[in-house]
Amino acid sequence: MKRPKKKRSVKAVVIGVSTGGVEALRTVLMALPASFPLPVMVVAHIAPESGSGLARLLDDLCSIRVKEADEFETAVPGTVYLAPANYHLQVEAGGVLTLSVDAPVSYARPSADVLFETAAAAYGDELAGVILTGAGGDGARGLEKVRRMGGIVVVQHPDDAECSSMPLQSLMLVRPDYVVPLKDVASLLIELAGTSAHHEKECTYAE
Amino acid sequence: MREDELFDIEMRLLLDGVRLVYGHDFTEYAEASIRRRVTQWLSSSKFATLSEAQAQVLRDPEVFDSLLRGITVNVSEMFRDPHFFKVFRQQVIPYLKTWPFVKIWLAGCATGEEAYSLAILLEEEGLAERCRIYATDLNGAVLETARKGIYHLRDMQRYTRNYLASGGRASFSDYYSALYDHAIMASRLAERMVFAAHSLATDAGFGEMHVVFCRNVLIYFKPSLKERVLRLFNGCILSGGFLCLGVKETIDGRDVACQYDELAPNIRIYRKRYEAPEKKTVR
Repeated sequence: MKRPKKKRSVKAVVIGVSTGGVEALRTVLMALPASFPLPVMVVAHIAPESGSGLARLLDDLCSIRVKEADEFETAVPGTVYLAPANYHLQVEAGGVLTLSVDAPVSYARPSADVLFETAAAAYGDELAGVILTGAGGDGARGLEKVRRMGGIVVVQHPDDAECSSMPLQSLMLVRPDYVVPLKDVASLLIELAGTSAHHEKECTYAE
Repeated sequence: MREDELFDIEMRLLLDGVRLVYGHDFTEYAEASIRRRVTQWLSSSKFATLSEAQAQVLRDPEVFDSLLRGITVNVSEMFRDPHFFKVFRQQVIPYLKTWPFVKIWLAGCATGEEAYSLAILLEEEGLAERCRIYATDLNGAVLETARKGIYHLRDMQRYTRNYLASGGRASFSDYYSALYDHAIMASRLAERMVFAAHSLATDAGFGEMHVVFCRNVLIYFKPSLKERVLRLFNGCILSGGFLCLGVKETIDGRDVACQYDELAPNIRIYRKRYEAPEKKTVR
């Protein structure tokens, strides 16, 4: 199920994932090049005790840089920012990342809803939101906001997901632009970023 | 104009009004958090838009109070980040034991979970009689909750896990009594606490302190306000005293950073240096 590709630039990617997240993130992030031209913000539901272990693990495995998000850090291209355990990750205007310990949203902290909603406010229609495998329904409402702001909606095919609940809940709420198996997510992101990379190049000289 | 753009303009006007009328300054708060909280407050209120709410907020203190509760609601838990408390117990307590009396400022104490955690820790280390905890928050309503020390019984299981992981030496249930679905903290714990309303954004310092606790508060502040608050803390903290921040907060790159050493990597316990030896007066 594919819709015609939208001819517009993407400035950032947000990803939400829960059950089966470590494997799913490995698959997607390992296939992204170090030169991936966008920042990627990720909410993965992980145990509060696990600290920054997942970021370190993925950074070791991937060519793209992976780190845990720091407060008031500006998101830059070619970097994956993981929400710290037990904190919401938010995006402010200008791609500045902030953290919060507000109550769990959709039973989760970090919550993909919080990340997606704030990122949609910050990036408007230049955002791609991706929901991958997971139990529960976190991310669906956030994805709806991404759609409402005109961003691109990507959902892992439920049949392909280790846990289909999060993709299904998203599909019930939002009309997706792309429903793809996990193995195709990275190439899709590269394709989406491609238009933006071209666009960026044109703009570089003006800045 | 898009709805969300309009909302941001309305929010800016409302917060400016709140600052001018009530003196509470939220204009230096990180926007994503405050936008979420204001949105939640609005949807739970009878108002359709912030413009509509503004007239009531600015003219009716009760409506303002409900907004204030909505946007300052801080969620806390006992012994959050058990590892932090473990390091505090192992590495800070020995210093505190060398002082005849220890004053601790817990800034942004919210509903008091951290104040009780600290009181429990100090009691187990035999410091209870020699310590005072000054717990402040800008929201008077949460201070009332903190003073009462009554929490949901359902949270106690998680707090017990945290407590044990933090190196707790007793049984956590010794510190509260259960009544229906509530847990009432032992009243002796609150005896060492002083509660007061205080705004980090607008008020002055709080006198000399041996320890300042301010965990997961600065993450809500823009860099300019963060800088102000750290200077405020620095003005209070005695040489050899401690500044404790949340695990994702750091003083790196801030003006005060050069006066502090981090006790353990990534634990965010900073010790204020004594003045350079050449400046020290010989006694």
